[in-house]
Amino acid sequence: MTRRQQRLLLLATALAALALAAWLVLSAFRRNLVFFYTPTQVLAGEAPHNRSFRLGGMVETASLKRDADGVGVSFLVTDTGRSLPVHYRGILPDLFKEGKGVVAQGRLDAGHRFVADEVLAKHDENYMPPEAAYALKKGRESVKVDR
Amino acid sequence: MIPELGNFALMIALCLALVQGSLPLLGAWRDKPHWIALARPAAAGQVSFVVFAFGCLLAAFVNNDFSVAYVASNSNSMLPLHYRVAALWGGHEGSLLLWVLILSVWTAAVARFSRQLPPVFVARVLGVMAWISVGFLLFMLFTSNPFDRLLPAARDGRDLNPLLQDFGMIIHPPLLYMGYVGFSVAFAFAIAALLGGELNAAWARWSRPWTLVAWAFLTLGIFMGSFWAYYELGWGGWWFWDAVENASFMPWLVGTALIHSLAVTEKRGSFKNWTVLLAIVAFSLSLLGTFLVRSGVLTSVHAFATDPRRGLFILAFLAVVIGGSLALYAWRAPTVGMGERFALFSRESLLLLNNVLLLTAAATILLGTLYPLFLDALDLGKISVGAPYFETVFVPLLLPVLLLMAASPFVAWRRDAWRDVASRLSKIAQISVLFGLALWLGWKFTPAVAAGLMLAAWILLGCAQHVLERLSAVGEGVTLARHVTKQPLSYWGMLAAHAGVALFVVGVTLVKGGEVSEDASLRVGESVVSNGWRYSFTALQKVDGPNYVAARATFEVHGPDGRVLTLQPEKRYYTVQQMPMTEAAIDRGFTRDVYLSLGEPGKDGAWLVRMQNKPFMGWVWGGCLVIAAGGLLSASDRRYRSYVKRKEDETIHTAAERLRTVAGIAGRGPAA
Repeated sequence: MTRRQQRLLLLATALAALALAAWLVLSAFRRNLVFFYTPTQVLAGEAPHNRSFRLGGMVETASLKRDADGVGVSFLVTDTGRSLPVHYRGILPDLFKEGKGVVAQGRLDAGHRFVADEVLAKHDENYMPPEAAYALKKGRESVKVDR
Repeated sequence: MIPELGNFALMIALCLALVQGSLPLLGAWRDKPHWIALARPAAAGQVSFVVFAFGCLLAAFVNNDFSVAYVASNSNSMLPLHYRVAALWGGHEGSLLLWVLILSVWTAAVARFSRQLPPVFVARVLGVMAWISVGFLLFMLFTSNPFDRLLPAARDGRDLNPLLQDFGMIIHPPLLYMGYVGFSVAFAFAIAALLGGELNAAWARWSRPWTLVAWAFLTLGIFMGSFWAYYELGWGGWWFWDAVENASFMPWLVGTALIHSLAVTEKRGSFKNWTVLLAIVAFSLSLLGTFLVRSGVLTSVHAFATDPRRGLFILAFLAVVIGGSLALYAWRAPTVGMGERFALFSRESLLLLNNVLLLTAAATILLGTLYPLFLDALDLGKISVGAPYFETVFVPLLLPVLLLMAASPFVAWRRDAWRDVASRLSKIAQISVLFGLALWLGWKFTPAVAAGLMLAAWILLGCAQHVLERLSAVGEGVTLARHVTKQPLSYWGMLAAHAGVALFVVGVTLVKGGEVSEDASLRVGESVVSNGWRYSFTALQKVDGPNYVAARATFEVHGPDGRVLTLQPEKRYYTVQQMPMTEAAIDRGFTRDVYLSLGEPGKDGAWLVRMQNKPFMGWVWGGCLVIAAGGLLSASDRRYRSYVKRKEDETIHTAAERLRTVAGIAGRGPAA
């Protein structure tokens, strides 16, 4: 091969590799984007049924119940407008508390219950997850509109 | 009084930084030796005042001066002394001061250890570093002054976040910042070389040790953060693809590309433009990382500060640094030339491929990290990009890097015959593949685990064969010991770092492929079997700590091999911040970690317990430490420390000679 051919080959390989990488990245990106919904949006049927999403709001006071086996747990997440039942198995984060902000990731089951595979709570007393704060703000706005 | 002195010291440091950033650069441009000579004294002054200011803030923390707003919001009189010291960098303002302090440390190191370099060049380097310091000092003085007073003074402080009250807090931020800020030296060297138009092998050789040290520190910093998250967050995770972790990982990936590219520039004079660009990108990502973590834009475990007010300054600063250096690059780089040519199959080509892969990996992480922020900022909806994205993208991109890692050292510079290399490597390739197949078909490992271990074996065998080939190439009459010591330290460093990657891959593969986690609800006296291990809850007691109360559970854990471990996880309650915390109990072993954490208590005396078995977890940490050690070993190569004319420099360029003439240095003997 002449030097020119070699260089062209190198360039073509590099471009092909780059295109492959870009395709790989973008398709993985699209598949794994996790969208965020408030309880009101979920109950209005806006959330997807076949993929994972994030739900944010406040843990409703006096809604936390452990299952008989002590591992499963259910609670309500509210945006002060409407609330959605959530089920989770396992240990909740240290700062998970009734009446405080929470963000959960998971899917809807057939009975329109949100089954979380991950629960995130805020990390100190002054800090509210932005997503939970956003959900509460939207919830309050929608309550005002309803009235 | 002391806080005011600290504040005043910061202002003086700013003035000195302005002097250090202006006159020496002008002097280098206008060829005025007196101005050039100002660089070192100005730097020394700036460094002293920054250190003094840091000392003042430290004094405020140690003396519990809660009339200082920053101390009041990050410390408490009940906090033990070592955490009061660490609390200094527990928040936004103090982190910035730590950043500037560490920049001072690097500045002092450059001033001290670069006496053999031409004064013009050193003046430019120190000048560029001064401007970075100016940016941070202005940011601190105008938007986030750690010395601001609180009127009236608080009676006691709000305490350090309990998550941060740990040994990790004492060393993780300084290590990480040593890495981030260390890239400012590589950056300053690159900018200085662009300004002077002297991009050559000598420049690359001067730059290499600094970059290696910074990179090794960054490795240690990331390792420490991950190690800390593993035991402190209490749930056994150690890498979350969290925006904050990504923020430190991106400069690491680009830094890795940079140290390889610098090697090519030094040895062969190629890739000059590319190396400079990488230095700029690595430092830009370090800046981005600093600000991402500390500006409060993230929803993440590290978002302790929330203040968008500073955003504007940060954006402007980033724009000036990145935009300015790229503009300079666009202006000066075309004059540099392409450097030495190389054939399609040569070590240069393979290193270029490694660079492209590492950079692509960094770019994909950047996309996943910043895209949600952009959407949020533009009010286009809230999304998050989770670990699955990063794992699907990152692993396939890194597989070829691992393949190349073992092979590249066997390929000659400039041009090599691909058949020769293949025949030298065929034996270890066969062994690795057979090993992988045996794991998969024989021992019934999953294909992913078998592939991971096969790659690790490939790298380790590659390292071993390279050493053997090198040592057997010895002539008669030379002892093996002498031959080992005759190899440059940078060679051993390279092998160590590559072997470290292999150990890391073993750890990640086995822990990802074989970890078992189970939750159960247990009362005292009960026990449960998980994955062949028997966990018995034998006792529960109340414990009083200095600033917390805790419930401590005692577990006896019976392993399948008959060994009995005693583990004591705790649930703590920190009284000042009224915050519960899980303190996991971990038994670390050579081939597995047993990880036990305590959830919340139930109504009838039952506790939720998470039992985890993590095979080969320790190898992940060991691998990281070996990688960092490899970097430090390379950096300590004597070759980098002398400014001696070398043959290669002459053949590639006579630039070193020219530099010397410009600098007015009388020719020192080559055998100095």
